[in-house]
Amino acid sequence: MTAATKEHEPNGAYGPMRRKEDARFIRGCGTFVDDIQLPGMLHGAILRSPLAHARITSIDTLAAEGHPKVKAVITGQTLAELGLAWMPTMSQDVQAVLATDKVRFQGQEVAFVVAEDRYAARDALELIDVSYEPLPPVVDAHRALDPDAPLIRDDIAGQTDNRIFDWAAGDRARTDEIFAAADVTVAQDMLYPRVHPAPLETCGTIADMDKVSGKLTVWSTSQAPHAHRTLYALVTGLPEHKIRIISPDIGGGFGNKVGIYPGYICAIVGSILTGKPVKWMEDRSENLMSTSFARDYHMHGEIAATKEGKILGLRVKVLADHGAFNGAAQPTKFPAGFFGVFTGSYDLRTAHCEITGVYTNKAPGGVAYSCSFRVTEAVYLVERMVDVLARELGIDPAELRMKNLLRPAQFPYTSATGWEYDSGDYPRALRLAMDIAGYPELRREQAEQRARPGPQPGHPGTLMGIGMSFFTEAVGAGPRAHMDILGLGMADGADLRVHPTGKAVLAISVQTQGQGHETTFAQIVAQELGISPDDVEVVHGDTDRTPFGLGTYGSRSTPVSGAATAVVARKVRERARIVAAAMLEAAAEDLEWADGRWQVRGDPDKGKNIAEIAMAAHSGLELPDGVEGHLDATTVYNPPNLTYPFGAYICVVDVDPGTGRVRVRRFIAVDDCGVRINPMIVEGQVHGGLADGLGMALMQVIAFDPEGNCLGGSFMDYLLPTSMECPSWELGTTVTPSPHHPIGAKGVGESATVGSPAAVVNAVIDALAPYGVRHADMPLTPAAVWRAIQGRPLRSDLAIT
Amino acid sequence: MQITMSVNDTEYSAEVEPRLLLIHFIRDNLGLTGSHWGCDTSNCGACVVWLDETPVKSCTVFAAMADGHRVRTVEGLERGGELDPVQQGFTECHGLQCGFCTPAMMMTARWLLDNNPDPSAGEIREALSGQICRCTGYENIVRSIRWAAEHEAADRAGAPGEFGDSVQEAAG
Repeated sequence: MTAATKEHEPNGAYGPMRRKEDARFIRGCGTFVDDIQLPGMLHGAILRSPLAHARITSIDTLAAEGHPKVKAVITGQTLAELGLAWMPTMSQDVQAVLATDKVRFQGQEVAFVVAEDRYAARDALELIDVSYEPLPPVVDAHRALDPDAPLIRDDIAGQTDNRIFDWAAGDRARTDEIFAAADVTVAQDMLYPRVHPAPLETCGTIADMDKVSGKLTVWSTSQAPHAHRTLYALVTGLPEHKIRIISPDIGGGFGNKVGIYPGYICAIVGSILTGKPVKWMEDRSENLMSTSFARDYHMHGEIAATKEGKILGLRVKVLADHGAFNGAAQPTKFPAGFFGVFTGSYDLRTAHCEITGVYTNKAPGGVAYSCSFRVTEAVYLVERMVDVLARELGIDPAELRMKNLLRPAQFPYTSATGWEYDSGDYPRALRLAMDIAGYPELRREQAEQRARPGPQPGHPGTLMGIGMSFFTEAVGAGPRAHMDILGLGMADGADLRVHPTGKAVLAISVQTQGQGHETTFAQIVAQELGISPDDVEVVHGDTDRTPFGLGTYGSRSTPVSGAATAVVARKVRERARIVAAAMLEAAAEDLEWADGRWQVRGDPDKGKNIAEIAMAAHSGLELPDGVEGHLDATTVYNPPNLTYPFGAYICVVDVDPGTGRVRVRRFIAVDDCGVRINPMIVEGQVHGGLADGLGMALMQVIAFDPEGNCLGGSFMDYLLPTSMECPSWELGTTVTPSPHHPIGAKGVGESATVGSPAAVVNAVIDALAPYGVRHADMPLTPAAVWRAIQGRPLRSDLAIT
Repeated sequence: MQITMSVNDTEYSAEVEPRLLLIHFIRDNLGLTGSHWGCDTSNCGACVVWLDETPVKSCTVFAAMADGHRVRTVEGLERGGELDPVQQGFTECHGLQCGFCTPAMMMTARWLLDNNPDPSAGEIREALSGQICRCTGYENIVRSIRWAAEHEAADRAGAPGEFGDSVQEAAG
């Protein structure tokens, strides 16, 4: 901890700094996948299933093949002949690339057309004739395990029902004991509905197979280019060194661009078959209906406490709807992601959760949308349960939280389910949030409003609600002994080259989708080497030019690659020390690093900076035996633990009881992500996450009708927050460095998305307290709020009320 | 069909299908890829360009409808090698992250400031309400446009001055 604070002097390279990448974006000069045009490039389009569950009896592609601009039509049959009809998912399941036997969700990929332009490709889809024999769909997750439920995955040998996994964590017997003896226990069912990350740029790819060299180049909207390369090698049998993945500028990811989608494989096959580059970009409906959804956790929570409000234990049962294929991307040992951190920020003696994953006739996915591998669901569960308990006990939710939060002296803290929290000062963060909010005044205002006749049930007027959440995140996966994606350990490399004039090039494995890596990672190198961030070029997004690593998701860039960057820069600095010693004719151990240079201890006039040392390292200067020239270094960082950022959020809403409309009046967010490399970027990430959370709490849902028709297939149906719904965010900061991270930093990209939905929902439920409403599921649309007021809550995952 | 239009003060003529969308014409035919496509349904506004003097969602305009008109895109914001104050504001106030919505946001912002040189935060939010940003939560976009408004006001007054909360360069 002390090392971290010492490293982070405010006058160093850390601090707000304009982003290097802005120069191209503000001029419209970014390069997104769809911006790329290659000579002779063809365009692909996918024919999708209109039905949620049906057997394919025939596919007639003759007319499409006859279209003058069509170059190829690919079906599951074509792929089966190549052994590519099915591909592995990132969760030990398989997924159909193009359906051969059945379609298992509406929007599933059935055929792929390659044509001269994107309009012709779409025209030709209309010419393909597919005959379906409809089958009863499984839409309601709660019915998926009924004895008479239709079997979705009859392709898997030995699969007799729709169960994917059963997973549990914690001590069941001990938890049951505590619950049996507790003064107070409260239970609540809640749904974290299916949502979609919906980055503004949809997913897409350009595949270019060079027949002569046998090299496949893939430009892709990928958050994890190296993982994609390895997976393509495993799926297609192409040698890995003959595959190059380029992730150019990416228009937002949020987890949507972690997985490999059938369209990517089809574009590759299309390029192999036609000998031309093939571009495939999905449209918005395809994006919303077929690529990684998130959440869909049906949770039953129970909380036990003393009558004074000391929380004793938590017990949770989850039904997890994974859709038709288990396409979640998560470490092998964690089928429910990191849901195991559901004890949250509190000092609980015991906890137990059991999770059952089921197949339904819906799009696959699961871990996406800035969820930190299901920490989102876990935080929502515990933060709603604490509010439910507060209501039961008649204690203010802030007071209840303050009473139960972990204390600074308890860190490092091992939770009841075995997670080791690295560092934290929780009460300080909560106090700061309450100070910024003016919490007592807000409660006073609310009490006065409730005392007036206006906002009472049956009367017009607004209902003020105040909600809070306190979250602990678990990010930066992760220790390779425990965490992997398809057997690939979650360690990331970094290469740092220092040119003779002292300018540096850093190559990293993670992939920005707007996080500003070209700036922040340059700042880390600059801080370590005493040079300007402007003198550091960051290379990323190209597997031919960067070291192997698992990519950017789960807020892992700074915890893992940020650490790798600091470590590799320190290796360079140590090499520089030896060279400096030769230059200064001193012993290396007599040098100290100060003011951004190596200098003789006690004689600050004798020193050399990195530029001077780099030139000498490339010169004829005689170096000690065994010391190579140059300063370049490389490293692989295997994180010893996750990092645990945390924060306290307070939301103030005004609800119109006549219409159910919720207006977010204020939102206060105090985040502690350890040392901040570029606070401007951190705050921007928090802003974005807060908007996400507000959207999920109030607007966003991918719902289905009883036939399995997706009801969220466009931005007219899947509502995202605009500038009108978002308040002016009020932020606060505390800094508790991570003790095990080289610069004391923690991940932050998903903190606000994880922490904010519970604060918004708690605020709305608080507003509805006069009506006796204890819970209502997200999204709290006007209809949902109005129904909750009427005592008839809406079921938001299905168009069934 | 044959169409002719001026895009960023350059005349273009092309033979196009009547159904070709303006956004595809601008991006694929002219190679001006700063304007983006995002949703098909006129909800996201990533495709906003100016048709004559008015911002339009170019995914919902046929190229043929722009025949004989002037189009202005993000590539036409910079004048004589000088960034538009709106462009400066976005980088000063961190008004962008992934950069995908940014060009269209800036086109709307330019239009707003041309019509209302001193907009309040509420007026800015209203002007942007037909566009979606998934990264910024809008706050820094509002600040960016305010930065541009203040900068332009100071320029009009002829006094170089303090321009809002611009980001300081970190010392190297």
